[in-house]
Amino acid sequence: MTDTTNAPAAPSNPPPSQAMKKSAWSRFLTATELDTRLIGMVAALILIWGGFHLYGVMVNGQGFFLTPRNLWNLSVQTASIGIMATGMVLVIITRHIDLSVGSILGFTAILMGMMQVNILPQYLGLGHPAIWVITVIFGIICGMLIGGFQGALIAYGGIPAFIVTLGGLLVWRGCAFLVARGETISPVDSTFTLLGGGPYGSVGFMGSWIVGAIICAGVIFMIVNGRKQRTKFQFAKRPIWADTFLAVLGCAAAIGAVLLVNSYPWPTGIVKQYIAANNLTVEPSELFISHGFAIPVLILMVVAVTMNFVMNNTRFGRYVFAIGGNPEAAALAGIDTKWMTVKIFAIMGGLAGLSAVVASARLNSATNALGTLDELYVIAAAVIGGTSLAGGVGTIFGAILGALVMQSLQSGMVLIGFDAGMQQVVVGSVLVLAVFLDILYRRKSK
Amino acid sequence: MSANSPIDRTGTPLVEMRNISISFGGIQAVDDVTVDLYPGEVVGLLGHNGAGKSTLIKILSGAYAADSGEIYVNGEKATITNPRDARDYNIETIYQTLALADNLDAASNLFLGRELTTKFGMVDDAQMEAECRKIMKRLNPNFRKFGEPVSALSGGQRQSVAIARAVYFDAKILIMDEPTAALGPQETQMVAELVQELKRQGLGIFLISHDIADVMELCDRVSVMKNGQLVGTENVADVTDDDILGMIILGKKPGQKAA
Repeated sequence: MTDTTNAPAAPSNPPPSQAMKKSAWSRFLTATELDTRLIGMVAALILIWGGFHLYGVMVNGQGFFLTPRNLWNLSVQTASIGIMATGMVLVIITRHIDLSVGSILGFTAILMGMMQVNILPQYLGLGHPAIWVITVIFGIICGMLIGGFQGALIAYGGIPAFIVTLGGLLVWRGCAFLVARGETISPVDSTFTLLGGGPYGSVGFMGSWIVGAIICAGVIFMIVNGRKQRTKFQFAKRPIWADTFLAVLGCAAAIGAVLLVNSYPWPTGIVKQYIAANNLTVEPSELFISHGFAIPVLILMVVAVTMNFVMNNTRFGRYVFAIGGNPEAAALAGIDTKWMTVKIFAIMGGLAGLSAVVASARLNSATNALGTLDELYVIAAAVIGGTSLAGGVGTIFGAILGALVMQSLQSGMVLIGFDAGMQQVVVGSVLVLAVFLDILYRRKSK
Repeated sequence: MSANSPIDRTGTPLVEMRNISISFGGIQAVDDVTVDLYPGEVVGLLGHNGAGKSTLIKILSGAYAADSGEIYVNGEKATITNPRDARDYNIETIYQTLALADNLDAASNLFLGRELTTKFGMVDDAQMEAECRKIMKRLNPNFRKFGEPVSALSGGQRQSVAIARAVYFDAKILIMDEPTAALGPQETQMVAELVQELKRQGLGIFLISHDIADVMELCDRVSVMKNGQLVGTENVADVTDDDILGMIILGKKPGQKAA
């Protein structure tokens, strides 16, 4: 770095200490360029987590929420909704809605179930290593075709997205039932099930550290690269301390996550199986085998990073925002807004297909009811994550945080023993409250 | 002041729109209209609301496709079916609504649809912001809000973003739809100066306006439309305000009885 001369944040003309104290927080925000909304969401998440844990401690004598086991489970449960929420961000930014994602999930899960249980083994033989690959690709393509078809009806047919996808909600759920005649398809391919998580569907101790290292390297690369760009064009740079702070924060979060997932051991039953399978002569209690990151969580991470890249670094992403901000202006700028709509809905459908992989692999079966009501959780996750229903505004990581908030509430209430009715009341209320707070925030920031 | 230095109209016109017609659901919005534009010339398009000015101009900028008629650019027949085609002929438009995406910053709007990319095909925000700073320095030196969405800008600042978009990409033919409608006196003056400067550079400009004073000051010729039809095209030097008013309101040419 060539600019270390002005690195310390010591201002050349220090303002009176009173003013400095007052504005320390806002100067911190300006320097780090952190989004206040993002900080608010993380704070809300910490509150929810802490609240559930404390409630458990005080009422039930033991808190279960902030345990490696629960948080690991939470991460797996978030994956399916989180994957779809990244696509819903695009749909909502462009002022549309997709009510059909839960049904597309159910239908593609059934199609994949048929593919890997009834069709592929006939030609490849049961347990062939290519089965899961073909099935996954098939499922994602089916989802994309369904989504793209709906997108075409919206873009070229001029039918409102609400209606097309409301129809899709019924049609695809019905198709799922018709195709499988209401039967549950099980068990699915044994490699395929690993994509749903579980002790075997996790990358283990070493794998998790490798993932953590990659994340840290990515964080540092992005910060250094950002500095380089700003230097090249002589834009104002973040102070060194702010960049360092962000790098440390990012790496600490990654390392913390690795430590967490590595401190959740395989359950004794699985360890016994493992010992028997490998002819080991140790007591199950002596063997501590870490879960590590679950594969669906890694899938979510890859989807999130990819979608975030698409939104912020490609023309496609720029056009998504432009269409959301002013569809007419986008069209006048030569953007083919109709074809964009088809592509956006195709991506949404493809992600629903991918979620179907995770969801059906986790259950080790495909049922036509899979993903019922998911559309509401997905939309809620995107909206809680700061995607504006008026269009033009939204972030991928916000939506994933939103999914995490929804899932935390859900599983937290199960842990402390709220009954189903109460859970629905709370989740519904939180959604409305979150959007209200968001509106207040936007009003204030204007 | 007058901008009416003689224009050389012996060569090929920059643009000719010949016998253009378009209708929307039975309403003939533009009916057999022919207009042309020479290098270094400003042609005013006048008429009441709904006279068909904006529709005619949207055909040239590619937003609408004409039902019939032809467009010639530099004497060659041009096919313009979408805004991209128009841009390929160096036709740039500043719309009355400005056509800005409010949630994007100035640089993103400036390059919308024509983003600069890195060698890996990624949008190059830093490069675009640097270019945006350069052109804004020229057009509006007081412009500072590069990092904020354009919804946070004042009317004049938004206008300068829209103008920058037309100027940056080396327009040969510029369409300005009510460029001063939302501006204060000072900003209007800025636009007037810009028009003069672009004229000197040899651009042809179609200026849509309601304001006859504007037109008399800035334009070399006026084409007046009424009910979708062209009333006539006159040299500004040869007519008075009242003549033009007569064309707009009564649809009659100077020296002619009311049609």
